[in-house]
Amino acid sequence: MNSVSRTALAAVGLVAFLAGWEALPRLGLLNPVLVPPPSAIPPAFLREITSGVWLTAVLSSLSHYTTGLLVGAGLGILLGIAAGMSAIFDNATAWIVRLVRPIPGLAWVPFAIIWFGVEPAAAVFIISIAVFWIVYFATQGAVRGVDRDLVEVARAFGFRSAGARLIKILLPAATPGIMVGLRTALGQAWMAVVAAEIFGVPGVGQRMMQASSLLSSDIVLVYMLTMAGLYGVIDTGFVAAQNWLLRWRA
Amino acid sequence: MAGLIDIRGLGLAYERDGQVTQVLAGLDLTIERGEFVAIVGESGVGKSTLLRVLIDLAKPSAGTVRFHAADRPPETRRLSPMALVFQDSRLLPWRRVLSNVAFGLEWRGIGKAERSRRAQAMLDLVGLGDLGQRWPHQLSGGQRQRVSLARALAVEPDVLLMDEPFSALDSFTRESLQDELLRIRAATGRTVLFVTHDIDEAVYLADRVIVLTGRPAGIGAELRVGLPQPRRRRDAALADVARQLRMELSQRSAEL
Repeated sequence: MNSVSRTALAAVGLVAFLAGWEALPRLGLLNPVLVPPPSAIPPAFLREITSGVWLTAVLSSLSHYTTGLLVGAGLGILLGIAAGMSAIFDNATAWIVRLVRPIPGLAWVPFAIIWFGVEPAAAVFIISIAVFWIVYFATQGAVRGVDRDLVEVARAFGFRSAGARLIKILLPAATPGIMVGLRTALGQAWMAVVAAEIFGVPGVGQRMMQASSLLSSDIVLVYMLTMAGLYGVIDTGFVAAQNWLLRWRA
Repeated sequence: MAGLIDIRGLGLAYERDGQVTQVLAGLDLTIERGEFVAIVGESGVGKSTLLRVLIDLAKPSAGTVRFHAADRPPETRRLSPMALVFQDSRLLPWRRVLSNVAFGLEWRGIGKAERSRRAQAMLDLVGLGDLGQRWPHQLSGGQRQRVSLARALAVEPDVLLMDEPFSALDSFTRESLQDELLRIRAATGRTVLFVTHDIDEAVYLADRVIVLTGRPAGIGAELRVGLPQPRRRRDAALADVARQLRMELSQRSAEL
């Protein structure tokens, strides 16, 4: 199948899906309060935009998202490198990791509230934890998997310190693996944003909870689609950056 | 008499799973400045190990290696006095060709412009002057090995160590690279220590051929190729030397 007909088919599928969705509540088969038709979304979106609520919610969620991502991924890369390079560090932390790692990110919500209150810092904390482990394991694995022959090249040219090994060989060689972890983390962080804000930190998640308690399901949908859209934009940007960064690959 | 490299009583053993394997034992060898020495022997005999000891990638368990390097200007003191060309080129895939050649120059005291200038000169020397902005994966096997040679030459080593550098190449490429190496060696006067399992290659290139034999390995035979460069490949005198070397080799392995 060529790409034109593939695109056409995908468009037909989407239109059919929207048409069915529109028809069900309109024909009275579903309660439009519980399942608002897609045609209800644009007006709801317009209301949210003009009232300024949308922008405020999105900006504050994005700020939690980026801060949480930076903290979680930063720590994940740092400690992942340490675990990948140092057998001592890796062994010393092995059981700690086993103990802490299986705790689901959301199980940290009570502590997040106790420690930080219902504040942005709590959301950042939850997001960071969600991101940390993914990036940590990706980095550790990537660093450990670096071709020993390349490390030897650095040694043969006199670069023998751990720092030189890291900068000249390990980090660039591990970048593809780290990027894979980061891309997964990008998606996980969005999930964590909603979860972290649902308990009251201002942002998209909180706005969705508000709307839901008022039975404004059309507004809930506006934010669900907003998140899908934002994720799409961020992921596309990341893939572009990744391709540029890894342009040396065949 | 002290040569550029004096190796005395060199031994190397390694232990794995409680078993000690002696690779080299009682090896004496002197390399003179400017000499082209080839080291031949069966695969696995310890030829590469010898190079690895010289460039400090492996620690000897006995003996001494004394190295009388030339004094370097202060800004290049940290550059390696030896440089190794690996069998597989081992270019760093995330660096462009020019940056790969400049790799060994990345020490404080050598500015970026100076590094690029020197790397470019080395690329020109190996005939790849206009491929500096390519990525390694865009090169052929022969080109990659030229870049690897340029990377080694860039640090202006006292000794160029080459570990079966042409063995993975097709015969056309191999012969052209051999001639290239001889040309560069004549132009730069570098001391070369060249490991190969190809006797014809050894006698075509080297002033002196060392045969490593035994387990643990020592010097089984040594032969001076008393023919001036440039040599002709199908030369009868060269074939004589090769035959002599083959006889030595088969004798030694028969004695074992």
